[in-house]
Amino acid sequence: MPNLVPKALRKPGKPGEGNGALSPEKLKEAPVDLVGWVDERTGASPFLTGLLFRKVPKGTNWYYTLGSATLFAFLVQAITGVFLAMFYVPSPVEAYGSITHITNDVFLGEFVRGMHKWGATTMIILIFLHMARTFFFGAYKYPRELNWVIGVVLIILTLVMGLTGYLLPFDQRSYWATIVAMNITATGPILGPYLADFLRAGAEFEATTLSRFYALHMMLVPGLIIALIGAHLYLVVKLGTTAPPWVRAESKPKSLREEKV
Amino acid sequence: MADPANNKNGGAAGGNEAPERPKPAGYFEGETMTRRAAFAVAGQAFGGVAAAGVLLPVVGFAVAPIFDRPEERWEAVGPVDAFSDDTYRQAVITLRDGIGEAGKTTVYIRRGNPSRFEGESADEFIAISTRCAHLGCPVRFVEAAGSFICPCHGGVYDFEGKVLGGPPVRPLDRFQTRVRDGQVEVGPRYSVTNSLKPVRSRDPGEFTGGIWEYLYPPRPSTPPAP
Ligand code: HEM
Ligand code: FES
Repeated sequence: MPNLVPKALRKPGKPGEGNGALSPEKLKEAPVDLVGWVDERTGASPFLTGLLFRKVPKGTNWYYTLGSATLFAFLVQAITGVFLAMFYVPSPVEAYGSITHITNDVFLGEFVRGMHKWGATTMIILIFLHMARTFFFGAYKYPRELNWVIGVVLIILTLVMGLTGYLLPFDQRSYWATIVAMNITATGPILGPYLADFLRAGAEFEATTLSRFYALHMMLVPGLIIALIGAHLYLVVKLGTTAPPWVRAESKPKSLREEKV
Repeated sequence: MADPANNKNGGAAGGNEAPERPKPAGYFEGETMTRRAAFAVAGQAFGGVAAAGVLLPVVGFAVAPIFDRPEERWEAVGPVDAFSDDTYRQAVITLRDGIGEAGKTTVYIRRGNPSRFEGESADEFIAISTRCAHLGCPVRFVEAAGSFICPCHGGVYDFEGKVLGGPPVRPLDRFQTRVRDGQVEVGPRYSVTNSLKPVRSRDPGEFTGGIWEYLYPPRPSTPPAP
C-alpha cells in the first residue's frame, strides 16, 4: 500500500537512518508536492511531526481521550453556535420568536439547535470527567500545576457559557432562572449588588440585559476559552502526559532498590 | 546598568580584567541609559498607552450602566375609589419601556387601613411589589389565605408583605404611590426592613436594616428611600 502521509509529515527517522529528504539532484526532478511547497515556506513540519509523533507514557489508556472529547464538544458548540447566530435575534421582543422559528421552520433547525443544547450538557459532563481523570491520576502534580490552574479557569468559563446561554431562548424558564441567578449574585456582601447591576446593565431586567448576555456568550467567553485551550494544549505537548499511577509504581524494580542498599 | 546587549561579546568569563568592549551604537560619555534600554522602555510605554487607549473606553462602556439611574416613572393604575382597604387590586405596570413583557411587572395595590395596621393612614395607598424577597420569582396574592405565595421555593408573606415562612430574608418590596387627578399613581420601588421602615431599593436575597445597610451598600442605579 502506498504511504498516504505527505513526506513532510512522516515520522522522522531514527538517527543515522536519514529523514527521507531527496538529494539536491533528485529534488529537481521530484514531482510538484503541495505539502512540501507549504512546508518549505512555513517550516511547520518539525512542529507538526513533533506534535503528532510525540511520546506518550506506557499505560496510556482510554481515559486520556477525555480531554480531546471535551475539545470536540467545545468545537461542536462553536460550530453549531455560529449557525444558530444566523437566525437568532438577541432582542427581548423577538428572541423567543426567533427561537421558535429556528425550531419549527428552519430546515434542520431543530437538529442544529438540539446539538447545541445537548452538546452544552455533554461538554459539562466531559469536562468534569476529564478533571476527575487528571485528579485521580495525580496529573496535576509538579510540573503540571499550571495546567491544572488553567483547567480550573476553563471549567469556570464553561459554566459561565452555560449561564449566559440559558437566557437566550427567552422563554419563561430561562427568564426566571436568569433573574434568580442574577439575584444570587447580588447577595454577595459589598460587591454583590454592583456585580448584579453590571450583569443586568442596570437595576432591573434592562433593555440591554439580553444583548449583554449574548455578547458574553458568543464573543467574549468563547474567545477566552479558545485562548486558554491553546495554552492548555501547549503545556500538554510541552510537558508530555503523566503515566497512570500503577505504571509508575512498577517502574521501580526491586533489584534497583536492593542494589542501592 | 545591566544590559544584556553589553555582555554579548565580552562574556562574564573575563571578570575584572575584561578587555575593553566596543561601545554600543549611540553611546556617549556619561549616559545613564543605553540607547537600547531607552528604546525598550519607550516601546513598552507606547504599547501600554495604546492598549489602555482601547481597553479603558470599552471597560467604561460595559461598567457605565452601574452609575446610570433611569428617570423615575409614575404610572396611573386606576381611580381612587377603585381600591379598598381590606383586599388588593392587581395592576400591571411598566418598569422598562420598549422590551415588551420582560419590562413589565404586576403590583398589588390597596388603600391604607389605620384600624388594622398601625402607622397607615386612610388616604394613602400601599403598592406591594410581586418580586419575591428570596430570589425574585413572581409572588401571587391568594385571596382565600390573605397572603402572598411564591411559586419557586415556598416563600409565604402575610397581608402586609411580612415573611410568614420559607426562605425570604425580608418583607416584600413596595412602590411609592401618589394621587394625581383622582388617579392612584405608582412610582419607584423601595425596600423595607422587618418593621416596614423604608430603605433604598435592594435586590432580592439581601437583608435590610442594621449592619446589612453597610454590607449591601447603596447603588447609584436606584433612587433613595422615600
Ligand atoms: C475546555 C476544557 C478542556 C479541554 C478542551 C482540555 C483538553 C485537554 C487535553 C486534550 C489534554 C491531553 C490529555 C488528556 O486528554 O487527558 C489535557 C490534559 C490535562 N488537562 Fe485538560 N482540558 C480542559 C479542561 C481541564 C480542566 C477543567 C482541568 C482540571 C481542573 C484540566 C486539567 C488538565 C491536566 C492537569 C492535564 C495534564 C494531564 C496529564 O499530564 O496527564 N483540563 N486537557
Ligand atoms: S424566589 Fe420566592 S421563595 Fe425563592
